[in-house]
Amino acid sequence: MKPSRIVITGVGLTAPNGNTLAEFRANLLAGKAGIERMEIRYMGSQLAGVCHYDPLKYQKKKEVRVGTRAGSISIYCAREALADSGVNFETLPKDRVGIYIGCTEHGNVETENEIYNISKFNYDTKFWSHYHNPRTVANNPAGETSLNLGTTGPAYTIGAACAAGNMGLIHATQMLRLGEVDFAICGGVSESIHTFGIFAGFKSQNALATHENPLKASRPFDLARNGIVISEGGALYTLERLEDAQARGAKIYAEIAGYHVNSDASDYVLPNPVRQTECIRSALVRAGLQPADIHIVNTHATATPLGDIQECEAIRAVFGENCPETHINNTKSYIGHCMGAAGALELAGNLPSFDDLTVHPTINVDHLDPKCDLPGLVLNQPHKAAKVDTILNNSFGMLGINSTLIVRRFVP
Amino acid sequence: MTKDECKQVVLNIIADIAPDEDLSNVKPDVRLRDQLQLDSMDFLDIVMELRKRHGIEVPEADYMQLASLDSCAEYLTPKFNALAGKS
Repeated sequence: MKPSRIVITGVGLTAPNGNTLAEFRANLLAGKAGIERMEIRYMGSQLAGVCHYDPLKYQKKKEVRVGTRAGSISIYCAREALADSGVNFETLPKDRVGIYIGCTEHGNVETENEIYNISKFNYDTKFWSHYHNPRTVANNPAGETSLNLGTTGPAYTIGAACAAGNMGLIHATQMLRLGEVDFAICGGVSESIHTFGIFAGFKSQNALATHENPLKASRPFDLARNGIVISEGGALYTLERLEDAQARGAKIYAEIAGYHVNSDASDYVLPNPVRQTECIRSALVRAGLQPADIHIVNTHATATPLGDIQECEAIRAVFGENCPETHINNTKSYIGHCMGAAGALELAGNLPSFDDLTVHPTINVDHLDPKCDLPGLVLNQPHKAAKVDTILNNSFGMLGINSTLIVRRFVP
Repeated sequence: MTKDECKQVVLNIIADIAPDEDLSNVKPDVRLRDQLQLDSMDFLDIVMELRKRHGIEVPEADYMQLASLDSCAEYLTPKFNALAGKS
């Protein structure tokens, strides 16, 4: 039996440079980055991508106080996606709604906060918050979303390091096809800028970006790139089986064409271009597409000196010189690395290309690293494409998890 | 500390832990739970904030003493005054 066709019918997001898809996209086409300086506990001023959505748009003050930042971002994105989808949420059977949210990590923020809190009380643990456990359980962002929405279907997170955003969409596709749910809210979120540990960890790895101008700091493929800018963010989608979306006359952004997930099994932190290549190729096979059929490749590249080169190797191995209509870009140059939200946000930033036939560029490339000089790389200025029918989105993560998601223009 | 001052201390804590609530007409003799949206975690918050802000300990067996503003004042005012006497 042919698997159900799965379509994207709504998008809700918050990024360091936009709180709606329209605002985010406009800034991607205008070359406007969203990186700023932020005080990080114990570390002082650091570069970070900070979201400026209004949490009180969909949450009560008490929900914000009791919950987590990841929960708040999830609720904002979920509510925005639902509104965008045009679905009549009141009549949707709540036990048939699944929430699948990718996370790089969860719990660090609250644990650090509580240790800091008890440090003010001579480390007496009777001052440790009774909210610590509900805030730090791994399903927290999805659980907070189900509480806010009143959905009673499955709601959980998918831990997949920085491949997690794609994983939310992939998992939702699988659950819809299995008939586990009829409507899915899925994607990825990150609250990572609120934990000093991630900053300190990347700094100890010599992988934290520095630049006197925050807006220039995240610069994948540039010869002078020197590491990651850590960001928060979220992008959640509503996914439905095609027949359900059509029955209610939904606007359809794109169809899930194919995906693949694999593991490097080679290193804790170093990427593996051979496995990345296999991941991209397998996703293409599952989508029934040839490399030359892909019109936009959105790279994962985080602006680490080695990681960018390795991903370029993988892309070169698949797409080579014979894909004249394949354009390659990167979104982290605007928003830094949104960790668990990265894949989902970066896909969102490219979805409007189906309508405007414009490929947003990779910005901040003053001197292209020759090792990252791929055919079709769109640098610094938007590119008008003859055709945009397919987008391939890469997201890779630590411990060697790779994910590739391909979406196509919806054609009935 | 007077009992009225004690009630205000408790109201100040509730204002922080239940920021969406209108506290202008809290009836002192009615259970807080019956007039405000407070759950068991919120009561643990009141206990925690008494501990953090004022050094007051409320053992679990005495939680029922925090049911209303009046009962809070009855129970907590002597504790506040005993602490003030020590210092």
